[in-house]
Amino acid sequence: MGKKFSNVSQALSRLRGWIQAGAALLTNLHLPNFLKGGLYQGAGKTVCVPGLNCYSCPAASGACPIGAFQAVVGSSKFSFSYYITGFLILLGVLLGRFICGFLCPFGWFQELLHKIPTKKLSTKKLKPLTYLKYAVLLVMVFLLPAFLVNDVGMGDPFFCKYLCPQGVLEGAIPLSLANSGIRAALGKLFTWKFSILLSVIALSVLFYRPFCKWLCPLGAFYALFNRVSLFQMKVDKNKCVSCGKCAKACKMDVDVTKTPNHTECIRCGMCVRACPTSAVSFRYGFGDGKKEPANELKTEETK
Amino acid sequence: MSHRKKAAAQVTLLLAGAAMLCFGVWRGEAATVLSKAIKLCLECVGIG
Repeated sequence: MGKKFSNVSQALSRLRGWIQAGAALLTNLHLPNFLKGGLYQGAGKTVCVPGLNCYSCPAASGACPIGAFQAVVGSSKFSFSYYITGFLILLGVLLGRFICGFLCPFGWFQELLHKIPTKKLSTKKLKPLTYLKYAVLLVMVFLLPAFLVNDVGMGDPFFCKYLCPQGVLEGAIPLSLANSGIRAALGKLFTWKFSILLSVIALSVLFYRPFCKWLCPLGAFYALFNRVSLFQMKVDKNKCVSCGKCAKACKMDVDVTKTPNHTECIRCGMCVRACPTSAVSFRYGFGDGKKEPANELKTEETK
Repeated sequence: MSHRKKAAAQVTLLLAGAAMLCFGVWRGEAATVLSKAIKLCLECVGIG
């Protein structure tokens, strides 16, 4: 059973780039809309996609969960979204931050930028910044849209409006290229958001996934469920030789042998591939798999 | 967290998530999401 998990884990981590490309395509299926300059308007947009993907992208097949949450709490009818929260809890428990590592188009975009051959910088000393994304989730996604409302009780989607670079990348740029009316309407807000996008692009070349680590509210929400997610990391203490190669390979600054279900672990599988003894693998199932106590490392479960 | 406690937490959260999702659909949130998602989001693209 252990060997089977190990083989599946190796295959999954090796195929990650292809899975990310496939997920980005499925999330944005309506590619001809890029030429038309319009949006897909079918019923599929009632359902959210798992990753950060702007619903104003011409090709978007579903709704962005963060945008949809703000749309509901910012509407005059509701001040909280059970629909989106329930959807995100389900995804958080079923997959956790595996979504960040395998299914998020914006995460993949940052990873591709990081492949540009330049000097790379470590984020280990910038760890306090990882807490910023929880503040973004609480303040910009929930509190401000719900409570800073106009006379008719409607709030702005603050995260989408002032911080999210994905709306410019997937929405404003392709739409303004195809539609002169939209191009003419772009003003100061676009300039601000475009600057954020350029900053994220520049930082992504130097750092690994800066937006995911420091700012993404969707990653923050999934991170809260990493400890209880069915998709987990497993370290076999009988095989582990404590060489430290897994911790060195991790670009999210996690030591999988100490905290396998750390909030920052995006299940990318770098540690799985780096392990010389195949001690690290993915595990999927209820509980923590400690029915076989001889196979587990004693781990520090808290962050 | 013990194996049993963790499994119980997972099941509870899955049930809670499903219940919240169904309640949200029942009270009409899905229609709000659709109406927003099929139109150009001016704030998202930086128009205002």
